[in-house]
Amino acid sequence: MTVNNELINQSQAFSDSTSVIDVEDWNVYYGDFHALKSIFLKVPKNKVTAFIGPSGCGKSTLLRCFNRLNDLIPSFRATGRMTYHGQDLYSSNVDAVQVRRRIGMVFQKPNPFPKSIYDNIAYGVRVNGIKGDMDEIVEQSLRRAALWDEVKDKLKQNGTAISGGQQQRLCIARAIAVQPDVVLMDEPCASLDPISTLKIEELIHQLKENYTIVIVTHNMQQASRVADLTAFFNVRVVDDKRQGYLAEVDRTEIIFQNPKEEATQQYVSGRFG
Amino acid sequence: MLSIILTSLTFIFTTAILIPLFMVVINVSAKGVNQLKFPDTFTQLPPPPGLTEGGFGHAIIGTLITLAIASSIAVPFGILSAIYLAEFGRGSKIAYLVKFSANVLTGVPAILCGLFAYSVVVMPMGGFSAFSGGVALAVLMLPIIVRATEEALLLVPNEMRQAAIGVGSTRFQMVISIIIPAALPAIITGVVLALARAAGEAAPLLFTAFNNNFWATDPMQPIATLPVLIYFFSIIPYKASQDLAWAAAMVLVAIVLIFSIVARLAGKQKAFYS
Ligand SMILES: Nc1ncnc2c1ncn2[C@@H]1O[C@H](COP(=O)(O)OP(=O)(O)OP(=O)(O)O)[C@@H](O)[C@H]1O
Ligand SMILES: [Mg+2]
Repeated sequence: MTVNNELINQSQAFSDSTSVIDVEDWNVYYGDFHALKSIFLKVPKNKVTAFIGPSGCGKSTLLRCFNRLNDLIPSFRATGRMTYHGQDLYSSNVDAVQVRRRIGMVFQKPNPFPKSIYDNIAYGVRVNGIKGDMDEIVEQSLRRAALWDEVKDKLKQNGTAISGGQQQRLCIARAIAVQPDVVLMDEPCASLDPISTLKIEELIHQLKENYTIVIVTHNMQQASRVADLTAFFNVRVVDDKRQGYLAEVDRTEIIFQNPKEEATQQYVSGRFG
Repeated sequence: MLSIILTSLTFIFTTAILIPLFMVVINVSAKGVNQLKFPDTFTQLPPPPGLTEGGFGHAIIGTLITLAIASSIAVPFGILSAIYLAEFGRGSKIAYLVKFSANVLTGVPAILCGLFAYSVVVMPMGGFSAFSGGVALAVLMLPIIVRATEEALLLVPNEMRQAAIGVGSTRFQMVISIIIPAALPAIITGVVLALARAAGEAAPLLFTAFNNNFWATDPMQPIATLPVLIYFFSIIPYKASQDLAWAAAMVLVAIVLIFSIVARLAGKQKAFYS
């Protein structure tokens, strides 16, 4: 096992910046299926961290642990320690609803609510009891998501009646409207055209001034374009079952140009499997 | 060649299914339409046996009152239990039990719903009443509403739930302001179809709401309804009474048709509320 090496590797990468989320010896089970094995990871503040790796290696699973979205899955179980600004995310006195307000999420498929564009943003603001001028918050969020100019004349229109790329930016606006600290993105560009993808990548660049971002992507170029830190996850077969683990994590340049692991090298250069 | 034969066969059988429906509508309309007299049919009480003139306004009002009582019981219970089944208790033992019971209840003959209401409402309260008729129809409507609502909720994609939870809403907030609005058109369809079903039933009302030859709006009194009026008047050996029964049948068919059309329109409605 190279667990300790990984710890050392990463503590060198961004040792200067504080970490927002700390993962120590994290294991995830769905029923008796061991999906993720012993993960150690630090997510640095105001940086973009990318998760890459083959399908089924547990990238989404780990991402969804960060905002406790896996709580909705009855068979989900986890061991280990996961802290957010030093506070145990899974301690019994932590309210998962509060966690999700601080740690927002953008999903693979754009999933705006079947409500107006305005209400898509206002909904989260209302349920979180955030005070302030709603029109102002809606405009600000849409501006930050680089969508304002395209929708400012049709705020009353249904959020599902705009293009896929616009819907995804609406979902980003919705996520940042509740003033989170971390934004998780699970393959946010998977269903988008190249131009919308570029817009979202630009957006990610701007957002990291104010937010810590974790993004899952299958697009190597995207990871190398947007990420400061890249984590390569892999699967291995243990007792006839596929088990995900974190193979290597480092500065993005190192992962793409000079990785330590053979598998990482093969994966990022497209010679995998 | 085979495909042409199969296509024609399916077409023939499909049209064959439509024939009874059209026959009922045409037959009832043909016999009923001449007996409708505006506005008497809708505003008058029936005449004494053997005499002509009069109408059955009291039974139209009675049907509406009974349906209102039934829905005020079946809609909240049905929708709330469906919400439990689809959102909170998914996969639990209680949910399984409730679902199983709802399925069994769907197959219970309408007359048994009447018998049930007779034993739990009519007997303790000492007499027939609109309220007991409403209870009987509610039992009939309940499983239809539960199943339609549960299906409607399950059709709302899980991405919606994750999105709502993801912005920090509680499950309760998610259900109230995202899931139900998204499923509302289909829920309304289910409720209206249940109403259409209940509107036409005479059996559950025979020994609950019973009948009344006079205007009645008191839920604690017996009340006339269209199906029961049709039943009683059609077995009276006077032509005038039978004519009135035909007219009532036509009004009933019209009410059921209107319900069905409303249900269709509601179902077509795009899920967009704000
Ligand atoms: N709700 C669940 N119940 C049971 N097993 C699950 C569940 N969700 C994911 N898994 C399993 O956990 C493993 C990791 O899944 P996950 O979705 O995290 O992979 P991923 O790395 O995001 O893959 P992809 O790149 O295809 O999105 C897979 O083997 C998957 O089948
Ligand atoms: Mg995934």
